[in-house]
Amino acid sequence: MQTANANRLTPYLFLAPAALVMAVALLYPIGYMIYASFLDWNPSQRIGEAEFVGLKNYIGLLSDAAFRESFFVTLKFAAVVVTLEMVLGVGLALLLDRNIRGMSVLRTLFILPMMIAPIVVGLMWRYMYHPSVGIFNRTLKSLGFEPVPWLSDGSWAFASVVIADVWQWTPFIFILSLAALQSLPQSAMEAARIDGATGWQQIVYIKLPLMMPVLIVTLLLRLIDAFKVLEVILVLTNGGPGLSTEILSLRISRTASEFRELGEAAAMSNYLLILLVILTFAMFAYNKAVEARAARLRKAAEEDL
Amino acid sequence: MAEKIYDKQNPAFYALLVALVVMAVGPIVMMLTTSLKLNVDIMSDSSSLLFMPTIRNYETALCDFLWYEAPHIDYCDKTFGRALMNSLIIALVSTVLTLVIGCMAAYALVRFRFMGRDTVSLSTLAMRMVPPAVLLVPVFGIWTFQFQIDGTRAGIILVYVAMNLPFVIWILQSFIVQVPIQLEEAARMDGAGPFQVFFLVVLPLIKPGLAAAAIFTFRVAWNEFLLANALADRNSRTVPVTIVNSITEFDIDWGVIMATGMLLAIPPIIFTFVASRQIITGMTAGAVKG
Repeated sequence: MQTANANRLTPYLFLAPAALVMAVALLYPIGYMIYASFLDWNPSQRIGEAEFVGLKNYIGLLSDAAFRESFFVTLKFAAVVVTLEMVLGVGLALLLDRNIRGMSVLRTLFILPMMIAPIVVGLMWRYMYHPSVGIFNRTLKSLGFEPVPWLSDGSWAFASVVIADVWQWTPFIFILSLAALQSLPQSAMEAARIDGATGWQQIVYIKLPLMMPVLIVTLLLRLIDAFKVLEVILVLTNGGPGLSTEILSLRISRTASEFRELGEAAAMSNYLLILLVILTFAMFAYNKAVEARAARLRKAAEEDL
Repeated sequence: MAEKIYDKQNPAFYALLVALVVMAVGPIVMMLTTSLKLNVDIMSDSSSLLFMPTIRNYETALCDFLWYEAPHIDYCDKTFGRALMNSLIIALVSTVLTLVIGCMAAYALVRFRFMGRDTVSLSTLAMRMVPPAVLLVPVFGIWTFQFQIDGTRAGIILVYVAMNLPFVIWILQSFIVQVPIQLEEAARMDGAGPFQVFFLVVLPLIKPGLAAAAIFTFRVAWNEFLLANALADRNSRTVPVTIVNSITEFDIDWGVIMATGMLLAIPPIIFTFVASRQIITGMTAGAVKG
């Protein structure tokens, strides 16, 4: 009897610590943030002393030009970075999907950039972008070109930040698409080869469509992470010059620590979260639609036989 | 297995490979060489490859761990040494805690069929969506005013464990699913209780999964900046926080800061070389196999 009881309780005992930690340190804070976004609250107050201001933070933000700018910068950054990384990563995977010696060494070297701390990545690139001692300007100067204001001019700074992120995260897409490529059914590729498909045709009509499910998940994961980038930009430009590289995450942390407007920062966090939720659901819906369409086509093809 | 046969490739292909490797590793090598230079060499216009390597910058950063007296240090700034200890403690403790808690939860989810795998994957993804910046305000508020554990290592460890749990549960699940249930039944027949089955039968079988999960959690806890910055006080600062603090100063001492950066980068680099296969498994799990 006692053991039966114990057995029935076991699953709960096993789950309890995880549930407890996540409830206390993840779900509760998120709920707290939603509540805080309706308050006019500064860090020296307890939350109970903060004044309830309803939707004022949200409405205030909508008409705040700086917030809109940084929202736009975030979207632009995510779009540019993810597009570049997808093209480069998938392209490299298609190119390097060959039977060559030392592939595993190569993969190991490629994952290095994502393993080291974003802070350190920012540090390395800041050094390389340095106006006088950085390698880029030194090379430019020794080749007789004008030095480039990598981090001190708005559009150059944005490009610099994008380059650093592409350097760090293209390998992620490369590794995932390479794994996808290598798990493709060999029969399909062989059939295509026998039918005389050229390399390009194989890629466009066989490999890419078969990789699609993985590519979509990869894109989604990378897109979510692109909205979380903060440290690299913080170290490289701290959002400047002006607001040219101030992505939302950075603005949230500055609103909280420099401007001491916790309520506003919470409202901003909510906007960011809503944006991410919409994106994720859109991707899921799209994925489902594509799958449904593929299933319909397959069914139709089977009926034709 | 017989010797693998490799395809012959044309030289342009190898040139491309070399270029890619240089691009991937170049910045890291540059950080390493800079950390081995004196500031005179960093600032000089001459070639950047010919210089006398020196460990002075490392001596400056780690001055309170030195067992000998380094002649060039007249004042020992203990900030970095303390931060290094904090980082180590926080990363190790939170990794161990996350693994133990996450492992148990993953096991319960798989074996006792609590929720479908889909629910768990979906909630993992949902949790992954939450940027650390979003947690900044509430965690700061709650930790300071309600739990009063701001400025302690325990407070930072708690956030890291919570942040990493969804991913760890998710990844360990995919390994636990593969453990044959017959093994567990056999153990139970022999009179093992549920905890014994878990610790003596299941855990040893999912070691590769544990390794992957451990590396990922350690990496997050070791590298994280934003929340540590909000929660830590002078005595519980981690290395990323001290690095950011020292670059906001007007005059950057590149040699020393690159040395600290290198020290922060070394553990992840070692993991990558030792366990790249597990890392790739961890990265591709879920995305590729679905």
